[in-house]
Amino acid sequence: MEITKTMTSAMDRETAAAKTAFISGNKAWGDRLFRWLTLGFSASILLILLIMAFEMIKESLPAIRKFGWGFTIGKDWDPVQEQFGALPFLYGSVVSSILAILMATPLSVGTALFITDIAPKKLGGAVSSLVELLAAIPSVIYGLWGVLVMAPWLQKTVQPFLIDHFGFIPLFQGAPYGVSMLAAIFILMIMIVPIITSITKEVLTAVPTAQKEAAYALGATRWEMLRVALLPYARSGILGAVILGLGRAIGETMAVTMVIGNTPQIALSLLAPGYTMPSVIANEFAETTSKLHASVLMEIGLILLVVTLIINIMARLLIWSVTRGNSGRSA
Amino acid sequence: MQTKVTLENLNVHFGSNHAVKDVSLDFPENSVTAIIGPSGCGKSTVLRSLNRMHDLVPSARVTGRIMLDNTDIYDRAVDPVAVRRRIGMVFQKPNPFPAMSIHDNVVAGYKLTGSLKRSDAEDIVESCLKRVALWDEVKDRLKTSAMDLSGGQQQRLCIARTIAVQPEVILMDEPCSALDPIATLKIEELIEELKEQYTVIIVTHNMQQAARVSDSTAFFYMGELIEFGLTKKIFTTPEKRQTEDYITGRFG
Repeated sequence: MEITKTMTSAMDRETAAAKTAFISGNKAWGDRLFRWLTLGFSASILLILLIMAFEMIKESLPAIRKFGWGFTIGKDWDPVQEQFGALPFLYGSVVSSILAILMATPLSVGTALFITDIAPKKLGGAVSSLVELLAAIPSVIYGLWGVLVMAPWLQKTVQPFLIDHFGFIPLFQGAPYGVSMLAAIFILMIMIVPIITSITKEVLTAVPTAQKEAAYALGATRWEMLRVALLPYARSGILGAVILGLGRAIGETMAVTMVIGNTPQIALSLLAPGYTMPSVIANEFAETTSKLHASVLMEIGLILLVVTLIINIMARLLIWSVTRGNSGRSA
Repeated sequence: MQTKVTLENLNVHFGSNHAVKDVSLDFPENSVTAIIGPSGCGKSTVLRSLNRMHDLVPSARVTGRIMLDNTDIYDRAVDPVAVRRRIGMVFQKPNPFPAMSIHDNVVAGYKLTGSLKRSDAEDIVESCLKRVALWDEVKDRLKTSAMDLSGGQQQRLCIARTIAVQPEVILMDEPCSALDPIATLKIEELIEELKEQYTVIIVTHNMQQAARVSDSTAFFYMGELIEFGLTKKIFTTPEKRQTEDYITGRFG
């Protein structure tokens, strides 16, 4: 009797305590603090971005005032005469990235398909780890390999072959330099294959077995299953992977700088040297000849930022338009 | 009644797990055969061995013979792709292709191989969707995504996709388990009609469903075929004690 009474009162006290805690809002205070803290963190990221954009615009103002829109279509680049035009760099960046992505996409999607759906499990796993290992190699190593091994090989073997057999196409005319737009495209391709492959692999793995079985049950061969069930289901994800690769390619500095030849010209031939936006910034910022030169480099940085933004926005629109109404939704 | 598919000493192993044990069974033509039994009894495994779906699972091993008319579908010379063209399958969860329109889903089997004339496609789509009683509900939006349909409509679309390639046998793996009662009723009515032209083999968890739709019933337990006979007989006067216990709800 006595014991029961004590227990009851103990329980009463606990309930009372629980009620107080519920009302007093001790926990709610912690929640609020945490909310403000996380809000602060995310706001600071936005702030850093804004400050960066603001500073870049401010620093490039002298160049913008002097050259105006003409800067983006100017072809001359002579720091000593203070002649500046950004077109060769824009051209170099866009052409090298786009051609690299065109070559890397089939290679990556093929590799990912091999890993997920064609290779025996162990082999697939091995290939997959190797691909991921490639992604971890610093870009300067790629550049070193590119300039010491790949460029000479291009110069002695590939480019002469292209000139001999496809020389009637303007893309493959001129002398074999080795370091060239072609070298940059190859190195970029090798560098973005791992990222596209590993994301595509994830996307393909996420395709429900029910989708594959649906195709097989209709009498699909493996190839038909890939074409009808797997790839359409995964296409928006694959597109996202490709865009990420493109983003990486357009911003890649080190390796490209080492193999592209760094000549500010617009040549139709892929065998000729070129230049990209990140490369010219990296090469010249330490030895600017004048305030205007520094400002011009800043403006190139700004253009790079804008181009990257445009690519990202286009990518999102593309993914959105593909996803709308079909794939991406679960079955 | 004529036999369409025959199992002769069918055994299925997954690694060291002996999932189906020495099953012999005749599935009659142009009728509905239900396969019932508690979870894990091997009923789905039997069904999936009928269109060689186990070929896709590396650890699976199928022995014995499965005769479709007079051909052993597990014969070395037989292409599993050809088997699946003759033996279609409807799955537990509706699985239309989300990247395709309703129209394209119906003719998906033809899209595999490529060429199909536009006018032919339209005929096939209309007749198949009419057969599954979906035509009136979707005829004005054939070009929209299949994912906009309800679950029951999606399942009927999947059945239309299966019959579009004109198989001889249709396998159904618990086709109503993800559907509401009204959608279930529609599918059951459809199964009744399908048997005029096809041999239907259906796995179901729902004994009332088996009793409603099937002509013959096979009861499986622990990977073994316990009893097989006319549905009427199985559900009223079963010969085996286990069958009776399961049907009366004493286990399973």
